[in-house]
Amino acid sequence: MPLLEISGLTQRFGGLQALTDFSCRLEEGELVGLIGPNGAGKTTVFNIVSGFYKPSAGQVVFAGRETNGLKPHRITALGMARTFQNIRLWHDMTVLDNVRLARSAWLGYGLWSAVLRTPGYFRAEKAIEKRARDVLEMMALTHYADEFPKNLPYGLQRRVELARALAGNPRLLLLDEPAAGLNSADADDLIRLIRWLHDEFKLTIWMIEHQMKVVMSLCQRLTVIDFGRVIASGLPQEVRNSPEVIKAYLGDDTL
Amino acid sequence: MEFFLQQCVNALQWGSFYALIALGYTLVYGVLRLINFAHGDVFMVGAYLAFFIATGFLAPEGAFGFSRELTLWLTIPLTMILTSLVGVTLERVAYRPLMRKGAHRLYVVITALMCGLILENGNLALLGASRRALPELLDKTVYQIGGVAVTNLKLWVIVAAVLVFCALHLIVTRTRMGMAMRAVSWDRFALPLMGIPLERVIVFTFVLGSAIAGLGGLLFAMSYPALDPYMGAMTGWKAFIAAVVGGIGEIRGAFVGGFLLAFVEIMVAAFLPSTFRDLFAFSTLLFILWLRPTGLFGRPLTSKI
Amino acid sequence: MRRYTINMLLALAAVLLVLMAQTNLMDKYALQIVMLIGINCIFATSLNLVNGYMGEFSCGHAGFMCVGAYVGSLLSVAFFSDSALFGQALFGPEWALALFPLVLIGAMIAAAVAGLLVALPSFRTRDDYLAIITIAANYIVISIIENIDAIGGPRGFSGMKKTVNAMADSVNTLLDGFVGFLGFDFVVSDSDYAMSAAVVMLIWTLIGAFICVQVIRRLMTSTYGKSISAICQNEVAAEIMGINTNRAKIMAFMISSGLGGLAGVLYAHVYGYVNAQSFNLLKSTEGLVMVYLGGMGSLSGVLLAAVAFTLLVELLRFVIPWLNTTLHEVNLLPADYQLDQIWTWVIIPLMLILLMQFRPEGFLGNRELTHVFPGLKRWFTLK
Repeated sequence: MPLLEISGLTQRFGGLQALTDFSCRLEEGELVGLIGPNGAGKTTVFNIVSGFYKPSAGQVVFAGRETNGLKPHRITALGMARTFQNIRLWHDMTVLDNVRLARSAWLGYGLWSAVLRTPGYFRAEKAIEKRARDVLEMMALTHYADEFPKNLPYGLQRRVELARALAGNPRLLLLDEPAAGLNSADADDLIRLIRWLHDEFKLTIWMIEHQMKVVMSLCQRLTVIDFGRVIASGLPQEVRNSPEVIKAYLGDDTL
Repeated sequence: MEFFLQQCVNALQWGSFYALIALGYTLVYGVLRLINFAHGDVFMVGAYLAFFIATGFLAPEGAFGFSRELTLWLTIPLTMILTSLVGVTLERVAYRPLMRKGAHRLYVVITALMCGLILENGNLALLGASRRALPELLDKTVYQIGGVAVTNLKLWVIVAAVLVFCALHLIVTRTRMGMAMRAVSWDRFALPLMGIPLERVIVFTFVLGSAIAGLGGLLFAMSYPALDPYMGAMTGWKAFIAAVVGGIGEIRGAFVGGFLLAFVEIMVAAFLPSTFRDLFAFSTLLFILWLRPTGLFGRPLTSKI
Repeated sequence: MRRYTINMLLALAAVLLVLMAQTNLMDKYALQIVMLIGINCIFATSLNLVNGYMGEFSCGHAGFMCVGAYVGSLLSVAFFSDSALFGQALFGPEWALALFPLVLIGAMIAAAVAGLLVALPSFRTRDDYLAIITIAANYIVISIIENIDAIGGPRGFSGMKKTVNAMADSVNTLLDGFVGFLGFDFVVSDSDYAMSAAVVMLIWTLIGAFICVQVIRRLMTSTYGKSISAICQNEVAAEIMGINTNRAKIMAFMISSGLGGLAGVLYAHVYGYVNAQSFNLLKSTEGLVMVYLGGMGSLSGVLLAAVAFTLLVELLRFVIPWLNTTLHEVNLLPADYQLDQIWTWVIIPLMLILLMQFRPEGFLGNRELTHVFPGLKRWFTLK
């Protein structure tokens, strides 16, 4: 059974058809790329999969469960996490709190325990704290635990966002342009990091990326979309030489 | 039936007042994303200014001894100019320094709220609690249209509101400044790139909004000649609600919202105990915002990721 | 040990206050101000939950205070005294002391439910539109109450004094019993040392303020409560990272309005009289002044601001007449013009405007006392 199966996804915004009959499947443990020119509808796919938009048609099945109509936090609780194209951290909270809050779906206590400070509360908070510290350690961020993200350099902010996504122990990780705005050396670090995550935790990763270096060195499979339609999919080498793809990126020669 | 029509006329008159004030809220909001909570009190200041100007000019009481017609024709532009000065002063003294510093939007809103308090309480403290009455500037004529009594003043109020709306529409769609105002509401950072200084647009907006409020104040003082310092507070809140019901930032919205609110209020007051008026007015607001979270003409809130 | 220092200090201060009131070191007026400070602390910190931590702009908080005040007063009268409205007392005055918490809880629940009026629209609307909804909610509450003639309508509602007096009687009886048990031949309730009704309310106000501050502090230091700040700082991220934003919003609004209701019921019992118009937008504005004076999202800042604001208002009560006479003496004011109390509401907004210009983040901004003075951490912790 595939981990994620998307079939016939269509999304309209008013008169604009952002996505037409998009289908795709991800097996457990794969590392797949989703590429396409700007405005092709890549982020829309992620937004639908993570539950932020309700698709006009089509369905998404994640871990054997249809997620249409589920709220984003419910989908997250099923084991999905994502990062954002433009970093979306909670800037007035420490890095540690950012990661801690990503455990919200698995808190293990409620309002009354928090206010009455029951033993259950302390137990749960301890577990959350431990998990958050572990993730920071793993991502080499321990040093910045008490910093505010807004004071960190851009590359570190990206890493904090990744750490936050990992805090929930996801089965599927969606990365929306993780290398955007990184210089070449940082991008190399990122490639190593993602590869390590994928190998170490058997994470399934689906990424949108523009930097060809990152895509080509990481992804096992690629899907290419343009104007909301899939125009090619397959192994990176095949996709790269597909005339459709070249046309989409470089324009039509016959013009 | 006649009773109903009569109430409709009253609703149109009140709607005009609400619309005139609501336009000011909406203009400022469209340009600055700022709820100018002091605007209701600018309307009050307009009414007081009209009172002082009119009594100053008028024959028996004032120093100039002008005739009533002349006084009226002088009072209208002077009130509008002086009120717009008040509005611009608020912007200059209170809002602009804050916005220059890039302060959080809410702080500017709070400052506006405080400016409103200062205006109304300062007025009360300086002028005392005695209510003032605007001298009559217009001979009252009553027209009977199909059994409905309409005074010429009511007609003038309604006509003025419609004229202001049309003029505003022309300004916003035809003039360079007006187009700049619309441009700011879409993208405030692009505007300086087009060669129009943002601050000039903001000042223009305040002039426009306050002048309209001044006109509203004058007409209100002529219709209900008992001025008190808190008259702007309640009317102002209501007009603000009208602007929101219409979709704040939309000129059409403020106009339609003003009349809608007045209609609900007048009809409730006419057919139910008048203490229910506020209850229904505000419940209508809640209901409309529940159906359309950004008002009748407002653009839906979208968050892009 | 550090964990308890604050609580111990507060307990000490509370005992000291009660003793001072009891031994008449504090006169009636001072007592009144202390109680008002307590009520304002509850009012401001509960508003801070929505306006500070959640970053919404609620400007109708007094509406919830109003609900709490009325529901609490009605419960109090229905429970503990015979009245024309409810007939015979449900429990009778001898139960007043024991069952007063029920009144407080009832008022809080009612106010929290009224908070739904704002919480439910907040799913779909935010910012300015939500601000309007809060204003509307405030007016709707006042309007509804003024239209119910049975509870006094625009004339207001009273009768809570009986409850407070009944509580004072019970306390004095208990004290008598205690003194007698110790073997002294002394009747407290007949002596000068009998506890007055005002002192009883002082104790309840202190308890209320303590509970309110504790609830908010514990909530906002837990991961559960921090989801409220997460919504403020980036709602999209909160939603995607597994926070049930709707639940968090309902929670924040209901706790905020419920505690606002607590402020209301205490207010009603301190003054023994409520009127819907005392909870209008001006009262809400007072709350806003305190929150923005103290700094959005800073518990200690808002507490400081609540104290400072209440004292300032009372101070102006003396300063303005003094200014009036002084200025007349030196002939700076026209003889027929008198400075009156209305200037309070010119001076306070002016001060807040100036504060906004020079220190827009309030006393403490987003921080707590312990951040500004790290040395304090040695003595207590906010965790």
